[in-house]
Formats: sequence, structure tokens, C-alpha cells
Amino acid sequence: MPNQESILQAQNVHFRYDPEQPKYAVDGVTLDIRRGEFVAVLGANGCGKSTLAKHFNAILLPEAGTVLVEGMDTRNEDHLYDVRQKVGMVFQNPDNQIVATIVEEDVAFAPENLGVPPEEIRTRIDEAMKLAGIYEKRDAAPYKLSGGQKQRVAIAGVIAMRPDCLVLDESTAMLDPHGRAQVMKTIHQLRAAGITIVSITHYMEEAAQADRVLVMSRGRIVMEGTPEQVFSQTEKLHSYHLDVPQAAELRDELVKAGIPMPENVITPEACAEELFKLLK
Amino acid sequence: MSEIIRVENLSYIYNLGMPDATKALDDVSFTVEEGDFVGIIGSTGSGKSTLISHFNGLNRPTSGRVLVDGKDLWEQGADLRSFRFLVGLVMQYPEYQLFEETCAKDIAYGPRNMGLDEAEIQRRIKEAAAFVGLSDELLEKSPFELSGGQKRRVAIAGVMAMHPRVLVLDEPAAGLDPEGRDTILSQIKDYHKKTGITVLLVSHSMEDIAKYANRVLVMHRAKIAMYDTVENVFARAQELLELGLSVPQVTQIFLKLRQMGLDIPADVYTIPYAVKTIQKALAAKQAGEVQ
Repeated sequence: MPNQESILQAQNVHFRYDPEQPKYAVDGVTLDIRRGEFVAVLGANGCGKSTLAKHFNAILLPEAGTVLVEGMDTRNEDHLYDVRQKVGMVFQNPDNQIVATIVEEDVAFAPENLGVPPEEIRTRIDEAMKLAGIYEKRDAAPYKLSGGQKQRVAIAGVIAMRPDCLVLDESTAMLDPHGRAQVMKTIHQLRAAGITIVSITHYMEEAAQADRVLVMSRGRIVMEGTPEQVFSQTEKLHSYHLDVPQAAELRDELVKAGIPMPENVITPEACAEELFKLLK
Repeated sequence: MSEIIRVENLSYIYNLGMPDATKALDDVSFTVEEGDFVGIIGSTGSGKSTLISHFNGLNRPTSGRVLVDGKDLWEQGADLRSFRFLVGLVMQYPEYQLFEETCAKDIAYGPRNMGLDEAEIQRRIKEAAAFVGLSDELLEKSPFELSGGQKRRVAIAGVMAMHPRVLVLDEPAAGLDPEGRDTILSQIKDYHKKTGITVLLVSHSMEDIAKYANRVLVMHRAKIAMYDTVENVFARAQELLELGLSVPQVTQIFLKLRQMGLDIPADVYTIPYAVKTIQKALAAKQAGEVQ
């Protein structure tokens, strides 16, 4: 469960890909992610959400402002290894993240590079593969797996480093509905194991499952709150070129048609329950 | 309306004769009427992509026949190349296939290969660019300077510029943000309306299919599980779930209401229809209470 201890902090972070251009990809972001939280970050293409995510494990460094990972400044090179170990990243295309020809060898890649002793590696990768729900496929060749399975191999590879926080950058974008559901299930398992999750996504239904939702536009955080708070502001979300989950859209349209519905209905389950009360 | 595609007892086996031979299509038969907008849906590995690659002869049936505009692609003496122009195929992530130095040249590649004259090629570039909303300025840029969504629209324009009678798109909206999805799919719908050509759209999103198609073909384990109008397919929402497909959230809501014991239709797949259905149910309930 989330507590008050910060794990990731961004203070007035600015970043430009080209210092000669006036446009900032991240334009003054301040945020605080607490240990154990599941935070979803939404925003249209080009809003800066992936750029921000890359700051969380020092792939990118802020031009101005600071990023702290468990209190360590990412600009301090002495902390680089610690930062990378604390915060693991999973990207969009699983094919770009797999290096070995056998699943468990791929999962062992990072701990081997960290110089973890062999017997400890065995324990860690078994644990990571179980947590990611890919243990049954440990002897398989990655190219024979489905997209959702490959993505879970990538997640297991990161988990084997025993990070405190996992940042997923549109990790479900290339998956089919079944693969997405598998990855979401894994995310919930990791969260139950105490790992902090930051998930960047285009899928509103996924964001609806988070503890907290951040919305970015033009390099800034423009909305923040529980999924219920964020997804009850349909008009505002549309102005940032985002949708609400269909259940929330239906609630809105019913209210417009003069049918009373409470504000915080954002999931199909809640929507069906409210409608049942109305119609039974 | 006339028939544009006829598939008769089509089977396709990958690695035929090898130990790992797999049947990707198993005795599939159906027809598509000219001018239809057909959504093709099915879980990964159900045979969707194998099916569509038969329409312009990228795959040769192991058995059975595929006819486009009444002609068998693999008949003796058939001009296979002509089917490539008749059926325009937009593959998944088509932006990876762009190669020319400018977008205009990339769009011109197909028409030029058809042997059209320069004036006609230029006219078609303009026309196709307009369909997908590419400005003149963008047309002169290198494809590599564009965003992912823009590149994808260039790739689609390149196929539209060949004036195919059938446009087949394999997940044209995959990986785009919600607005990018809506833009591309609305442009395709608009193109379909204006030109009247047949569109086959492969998608994992039931929401998108509900919004844009008029017929749905559901593939499951190398066979056709359903092929019907959008209304009739969504009326079988429970079966779709059993096939491992996800139905739109509105449909899920109505399924849940039925499971809770309400007498309410299940073929609800769009928001406006959902609102109407609820209004009707409320009115019926109030009338019942008055009596």
C-alpha cells in the first residue's frame, strides 16, 4: 500500500532535445511518487510523457530542475548504477528488449551483468519469472512467444534486478486485448509485492485501475487525481485530446439526457450496478 | 450490389509436409459485396492476417479458391500482378516500409509502377494526400522527419493512390494515441463513403469495429466463427467473450445487467444506442409502476 515515503521526485524539471529550440519537451514538471503507488500517466502523442519517464532512471538528465530517486540526484554520476537498479524500465516493443535465445537466459542477463553470484541468480530469476507469470515458459525461445508473453519476459528481466520501481512506457501498446490483460495482471501482482508502478499508457481502461492518474499536455502536468476524479472531467480530457473510458462516457451521456448517475462511475462494473439500481 | 470477393473452401497450411505444419485457415468460405465495410476480428493466431494475404495473392491457397471480381487469382494464365493493384493491402506498421526521399515520391511509387502518366500520378498524389490530411508542405518532406501517425498516413495514401477496388488494412490504428486512432479511422471511413470502394479492416478493437464497419467477420482457430451485420454479431456478446475477444465496455455493461436479471437487450454496442435503450427501459418501468 502507498505510504508517505517518496520514491521518485521531480522538482521543476525542464528538458529540451535541442537546446537551440525554444520548445521544451518537459516544461516544468514537479511531482512526487510514493513507495508502493500505482500511477498512470496519460497524454496525447508528443506531450512529453515518455521524455519524463526517461528521467526516472537517468536515461535523460534534466536541463534544469532535479530528479531524485530515493533521494539520490540522477545527475550525480556516482549514483548511476544505484538509480538504474532501483528503477527498471520496460518499453513499447518487446522485440527490442530481448537479447537471449532462451527465456530464462534473457531474464538472467541483468543480474549476470550486475555480478550477482550464480546461485543467487537462480533464485532471483525463478522469483522474477513467477512474479511476471512466465515461469512455465522459462525454457522456450522468445521468438516463439506471443507479444504479451514476450513483454512479460522483458518485465521479468527487469524484476530480476530487484528494483523498487517499475516504469512502463506504453508497454501494452503493441499487444492484443488478451496480451494487454496478461500484462495488466502482472502489474497488479508486482504492486501487491510492493513494487511501485509508473505506467504510461494510451488505454483509459488501464489508467482507471491505477491509484492515481496524471495527465500531461505540452510538457506539463495539467490534471492529477484519483481515476474517479480525473475521468469525471470528460470535457477537460477531450480538450487535451484524450478520451474517458466508455463506461464514464455512457454515464456522461445519461446525465445529459436527464438520467441521474453519480459522478464517480468509471468502470463497467460500477456503471452496471448504478443502472441496476435505477432499472430494477 | 455485386460480389467483389468470393472465398471457397479456403485452407492454408504453414510449413506443409514439415513436422511443425500448422493449419492457419481451415475450410473457410464467405463472400464480400462490393462497397461493404467489413471489420475482421479474432485473437492473435486466429488466421486473420493469413486470410487477408490471400486477397492479393501474397499467399497461395493450400486448397480452395479465392476470387476477386469474379476471377481466380491462381487460375492458369491469371495475371497475378493485376490483383496487386485491384486489392490494396496496408500491412501492420506500414510506416516501416517507407523508403523514398520525399512523401510525395513514396505515394507515387505504386501509381508509377502501374505505368500511369506523370500528370495522372501527380493528380493521384494530391487526391490521396487529401484523403489522409497531408499538407503540401509535408509532401515535400522526407518521411523520416514526420511523426509516427503522419508516416502511417503517408503509407496508407500510397495504397489509396493506386485506386484499388478493395482496400485491406491490417490494424491501421495500432499503437496510436486515441486522437490518432480516431483521425486515421475517420479518414478511412470518409474515403469509403466518397469512393464507394470495399474496405476490409483488421482490428483488435471491438469499439473501433462497432464504430466504423457495417459487417463483422469473426475468426477463431482458423475458421469463421461469425459473419454478420454489426448488430447481429454484438447480440452474441457472450459468445464473443467465450472466444477470448473483448467486447466494448457498453456491451459489457448490458451483459452484466442481463446477468443481474434485468430484461434488457444485449446487442448494445454504441453509446447513443445505449442511452436510448436505458431511456426505453426507464419509461417501461415507470409505466409499470403507474399501473
